[in-house]
Amino acid sequence: MLFPNGWLPYLVGGVLIGLGTAIIYLTTAIPAGASTFLESTLSYASDRPRFQKYRGSRDWRVVFSVAIVLGAAAYAFTFGDGPWTTDVQPWRLAAGGLLVGVGTRLGKGCTSGHGVCGIGSGSRTSLVGVATFVAVAIGTAQLVAALGVSP
Amino acid sequence: MSDHDQHPLFLPAVFVGGLVFGVGLAVSRMARPEVVLDFLQFEDFGLLLVMGGAATVTAATVTLAVKSGGTAPLTGRPYGRRLKEFDSNVLLGGGVFGIGWGLSGICPGAAYASLGVGNLPILWAIAGMFAGAYLQGWLRDAVRAADATEVGA
Repeated sequence: MLFPNGWLPYLVGGVLIGLGTAIIYLTTAIPAGASTFLESTLSYASDRPRFQKYRGSRDWRVVFSVAIVLGAAAYAFTFGDGPWTTDVQPWRLAAGGLLVGVGTRLGKGCTSGHGVCGIGSGSRTSLVGVATFVAVAIGTAQLVAALGVSP
Repeated sequence: MSDHDQHPLFLPAVFVGGLVFGVGLAVSRMARPEVVLDFLQFEDFGLLLVMGGAATVTAATVTLAVKSGGTAPLTGRPYGRRLKEFDSNVLLGGGVFGIGWGLSGICPGAAYASLGVGNLPILWAIAGMFAGAYLQGWLRDAVRAADATEVGA
């Protein structure tokens, strides 16, 4: 069974993610990705040149990320299921998060930068990037599950 | 870049776009690591619809905007495609990101949305992401400094 939990929320959610990206793109010509926020926000605290190069975009990236939090909250606490908490173990979240932080910034994009904006731009670099991280993520998740780690 | 902020509607437009983006992440259930892990274990292929739906809307928008040859009203920037140069970092970084995504089931945008749905444990992941972003910045600078020393010597 391809979609044991239905398919409509996935499609509607995906279209909304695209619409949010389109609103920002059409008004500003900026293809907004979510992971640059990690480095641009570090520029408030660190003088390292690697982070300071994002100084010009750091303010709007904070606005973008805070709006994502608020948008998700607005849905969850009205039409959605209310507050929800993951059962995935903290060490998986922390260690995985660390690798996501390194990898998305080294690899020039994440699921929104490469996956939505890059693929939407017909970028071959993004296509290769997405194919790489999806394939490796599938292998990793299967391995972790096979080792009996759950949740 | 910073002169974008000068248009009074620049930040409001980013805010509205971010809100819709966040609603989409919550509706699509990508804010739940479990749902992403289900995809990666071939138990629920919903993620393909999410990424496909988002990329299709974005592709149509970018294609039409670029074709129009116009500029964005709030920045004056010409519409262009998001094209990044390909090098080995795309593979290396993609691989590292893939291990992290497969281990945790969470990516940056979905992590922010996850906080919004009240999932406080996701702060572990967000803290990890900031630490990782700092680590790669530090490593890059260290590598660059080592290269410079080598060239100098």
